[in-house]
Amino acid sequence: MTDALDLVAVADLAVGYGGAPVLSDVDFAVQAGQRVAVLGPNGGGKTTLFRTLLGELRPVAGTLRRPGRLAVVPQTERSRLDFPVSALDVALMGTLTSLPWWRRPGRADRTRARQALAEVGLAEHADRTFGALSGGQRQRVLVARALVQAAPVLLLDEPYVGLDAPSVELLDRLLGRLAAEGRALLVATHDVEQARRWDRVLCLNRRQIAYGAPDAVLTRPVLEATYGAEIVEVTGDRWVLPAHHHDHG
Amino acid sequence: MITATVWHALLEPWEQGIDRRALAEVVLLGIAGGALGCWIILYHLSYATESLAHGLLPGLVLAALTGLPRVLGGALGLVAAALAIAAAARVPGLGRDTAVAVVVTTLLGLGALLALAPATPAGLSALLFGDVLGATDTDLALAAALAVAVPLALGGLHGRLLAVGFDRTAATALGVRAGAVDAALLLLVAGALLVAVQGLGNLLVIALLVGPAACARALTHRMAPMMGTAALVAIAAGAGGLYLSYYARTAAGASIAAMLVAAYVVATAARVVVRRP
Repeated sequence: MTDALDLVAVADLAVGYGGAPVLSDVDFAVQAGQRVAVLGPNGGGKTTLFRTLLGELRPVAGTLRRPGRLAVVPQTERSRLDFPVSALDVALMGTLTSLPWWRRPGRADRTRARQALAEVGLAEHADRTFGALSGGQRQRVLVARALVQAAPVLLLDEPYVGLDAPSVELLDRLLGRLAAEGRALLVATHDVEQARRWDRVLCLNRRQIAYGAPDAVLTRPVLEATYGAEIVEVTGDRWVLPAHHHDHG
Repeated sequence: MITATVWHALLEPWEQGIDRRALAEVVLLGIAGGALGCWIILYHLSYATESLAHGLLPGLVLAALTGLPRVLGGALGLVAAALAIAAAARVPGLGRDTAVAVVVTTLLGLGALLALAPATPAGLSALLFGDVLGATDTDLALAAALAVAVPLALGGLHGRLLAVGFDRTAATALGVRAGAVDAALLLLVAGALLVAVQGLGNLLVIALLVGPAACARALTHRMAPMMGTAALVAIAAGAGGLYLSYYARTAAGASIAAMLVAAYVVATAARVVVRRP
């Protein structure tokens, strides 16, 4: 059952890479202004879901409704830090979605990219080499690139990995502001406690385990079905995951 | 008096038309090769470029033997090399890099055998080592076309080349087809090789494409200055090589390659000195 206000609506979705589906029974909807934590083990289907939302993978079953433009914020460690690009160069890459291949970004595009860097608090660092920035700053540059794309839906792939506490706080505030401005954010993460503070939680483990408000979803049975019976209980109803779930396979 | 002597020494090599043509050739090739070389090293295509250069040798030799335009022969050689590599890569247990090495070594050996065979007309050894002093009107016209086409193409592709090189996976999400960008870059490399190999030869042409860019990479951290610096280094090393060739009576192509290597050593040493606390 989808709503006209849904920016993303997925029903009975199954996706594969040519063989049997690697992700199935996915059924959720996201509205403007919502922050959705996408939880799941490595190989559980988070990346597959994002690639499907981006249109890179075609569903083998089910339906998918999404806006024409989605922006993705990848992990900074997947970028080449030795590449000779400035923060502004990276932000300008967000214009590529709307420019024909033979056109270079114009003055208006550069202004838009600088504004996006200012929005993420990096106006002063526009001309610095991307690889010379801190991990948190690099992550915010990639968010700025997504803002330049002017997409109503942002997909963020484990944006908090490797960040120190002040950078996590900065990024948290930034994402909260972007959601308040009406964007929908889907954030792949392993941080159960962080997911608890957001609007919705989607748990995947080769199929959808649960979707809904954090209090309803983040229960021991759901987390065990998502991650296996390896959940480490810290206190009462609070859990953290074993360290290997944070590794990238 | 000393000034006049220096001026005379600087200008003397260019008093003959043949050397002025060689200088024009290295300047034009330097503009294209310097800028393109930056993308070659950033995309880790140096070995692929050298392989392409070696792979087109049999085509060049056969063109020279049959009277076909060399550019056409070289292009056919490149296509044959690409098909041979694709076929060899499908052999079970033979990796792609091994396939490239086997095919390229075979083609280079075949080309060298043809070029250096006693029955082959004299002059074909220039295909291996180049003959920049023998630049023809056609060579200059092709080099001029390359000097215009390569910067234009790189300018048009700039954002996409940056996006794919920076993060190939994310580039797809930005609407950039990484495969198409790779193919466009390789086409430019192939075109540059076909033109530049006439002057610098099959064995030395890689120096023009990789040497200046490697120098510039050591000195700058932004693409635009890097490409400009690389082009200047290529032109300076080209002119320096021609001076060396004129005064030391050394082979022109090899002299240019030697100057490029010397420039790289100086640039790397300069970087080490600057970075030393």
